[in-house]
Amino acid sequence: MEIFGIPTQALFGQLLIGLINGSFYALLSLGLAVIFGLLNIINFTHGAQYMMGAFCAYFLATKTGLGYWWALVITPFAVGATGVLIERTMLRRLYKLDHLYGLLLTFGLALIIQGLFRHQYGASGLPYPIPGELSGGQNLGFMFLPRYRAWVILASLVICFGTWYVIERTKLGSYLRAATENPALVQAFGINVPRMVMLTYGFGVGLAGLAGVFAAPIYQVNPLMGEHMIIVVFAVVVIGGMGSIMGSIVTGFALGVIEGLTKVFYPEASNTVIFIIMAIVLLIRPQGLFGQR
Amino acid sequence: MAAVDSAAVSAALSSSDLRAHRVAFVAMVAILVAAPFMVYPVFLMKALCFALFACAFNLLIGFGGLLSFGHAMFFGTAGYVTAHAAKVWGFPPEVAILAGAAVSTLLGAVTGLLAIRRQGIYFAMITLALAQMLYFFYLQAPFTGGEDGIQAVPRGKLFGLIDLRQTLALYFVVLAIFLGGFLLIYRVIHSPFGQVLKAIRENEQRVISLGYNTDHYKLLAFVLSAALSGLAGATKVIVFQLASLTDVNWPMSGEVVLMTLVGGLGTVFGPVVGAFVIIAMETYLAETGQWVTIAQGGIFVVCVLAFRRGIVGELIALARKIGARRT
Repeated sequence: MEIFGIPTQALFGQLLIGLINGSFYALLSLGLAVIFGLLNIINFTHGAQYMMGAFCAYFLATKTGLGYWWALVITPFAVGATGVLIERTMLRRLYKLDHLYGLLLTFGLALIIQGLFRHQYGASGLPYPIPGELSGGQNLGFMFLPRYRAWVILASLVICFGTWYVIERTKLGSYLRAATENPALVQAFGINVPRMVMLTYGFGVGLAGLAGVFAAPIYQVNPLMGEHMIIVVFAVVVIGGMGSIMGSIVTGFALGVIEGLTKVFYPEASNTVIFIIMAIVLLIRPQGLFGQR
Repeated sequence: MAAVDSAAVSAALSSSDLRAHRVAFVAMVAILVAAPFMVYPVFLMKALCFALFACAFNLLIGFGGLLSFGHAMFFGTAGYVTAHAAKVWGFPPEVAILAGAAVSTLLGAVTGLLAIRRQGIYFAMITLALAQMLYFFYLQAPFTGGEDGIQAVPRGKLFGLIDLRQTLALYFVVLAIFLGGFLLIYRVIHSPFGQVLKAIRENEQRVISLGYNTDHYKLLAFVLSAALSGLAGATKVIVFQLASLTDVNWPMSGEVVLMTLVGGLGTVFGPVVGAFVIIAMETYLAETGQWVTIAQGGIFVVCVLAFRRGIVGELIALARKIGARRT
């Protein structure tokens, strides 16, 4: 069976990979958007924290024997805790300065973290097994669907929309949105805004860690895994605009799929297609697809 | 409008500042002329290329307030063009270097048009993403030699007269290029154009309300910065006879930010000092592998948290303090 002269197996296979990458783009750009909303900082360490999530799962498996499901629970808190520490000790001092200093600080932190991991573990990947419950797959007739990949797509969709629901539809989220608009006023109403800022950064970073656990069995656990990812996610954020949570989710998945399809139809451009789309969006709608002026 | 502009210039550059700049410039030239007889010249040439690169970058962030996180694309692109022109087409070095800088200027015009459509953090992310796109292009393009780069680039004879294979001759050519670029930047930041640029950094809305088309100013600053970054990258290729992916990859963009930050954002001599400090550190730590990256990250963190004025910025602040106490 063929569509546009491409075997369906290959087409759907790349579509699936696109959706997987899209899940990671969505989870990471969602975290970036939440952090940016409240802290006005673009978290350059996000890629390193995604990598730390994968390593946390690896350490849990090799050092303590705790498997994938434990890693899913523990990692977001562990990586989120390192985020809280960074916010408490460093980022907090920068809120009154130009936002660019936050970018420079988190860039420096990313260099340190990635350098240390690379120093310790080299540039080659470490294997992480797919959990037994999710190994194997289903033959859907037109393609083979590995069970683990279906799980990742499903789980990240649930997490993304869960985050969207909490921020847009609950009381906690309304505090958060209010603090984004006017932190001084929200503080005057008796809400502990500094603590909220700290926990928001921890949450965004925890999401990156969780994405790292999802990624560990698919890609290998590698000190460099976040390096390229963060730049692509930046482009995703520029395309979507950081104004809306839903925007980040939709843009993340859509760009993953577009990238996957490019691999089928014009593989030479698959690495650059997201950047090209970014350039086009900047020409037509500079504030981003979902951004506000 | 011209009257307002010249008034702003005279106000911005007081006679004492001008005197301090002259003294510092003469001292810098004296040190750089004497240096190759005491210090390894190749190290000096590398530092000079990066000093020019950092000065060009500083023109954008220090005076225009635009943080580019993709300046490696200009540095590296000019390097590839120069290497290709000198090696494959057999161009003499001066033409090869100019060709490299010209292509970077063109690239600066195209990417600048896109990047100046957003400000602040977005500007940084866009330049980073555009530079990464170019990195992938060079990774796949046949003429760049992929991971190997373009090796054994001939140095040739400058104007058919000066043999650049002699290290000392090459050193003084590199020094001349650096000083030319440095003086050009100095002239630009103290011109009416530079004053408008600084005004945009402080308050863009107000500059717009005064009737300036700020996009034109920002674009011109971006293109100028790209051209001089290209000149620096092209010169480096002639020195090391190698154009590689390192020069066009994102860590290089980070490095130039670091140099400028360490030396002092928005100071005239800061980027030069910063480039020498960082290149010296890298040369010293070169054997230790990943520790270079870790040290760079550490310096970033320390500079942002405790040392935002940079080396030269702190010196200026110190001099002002002493001056204030005297009067």
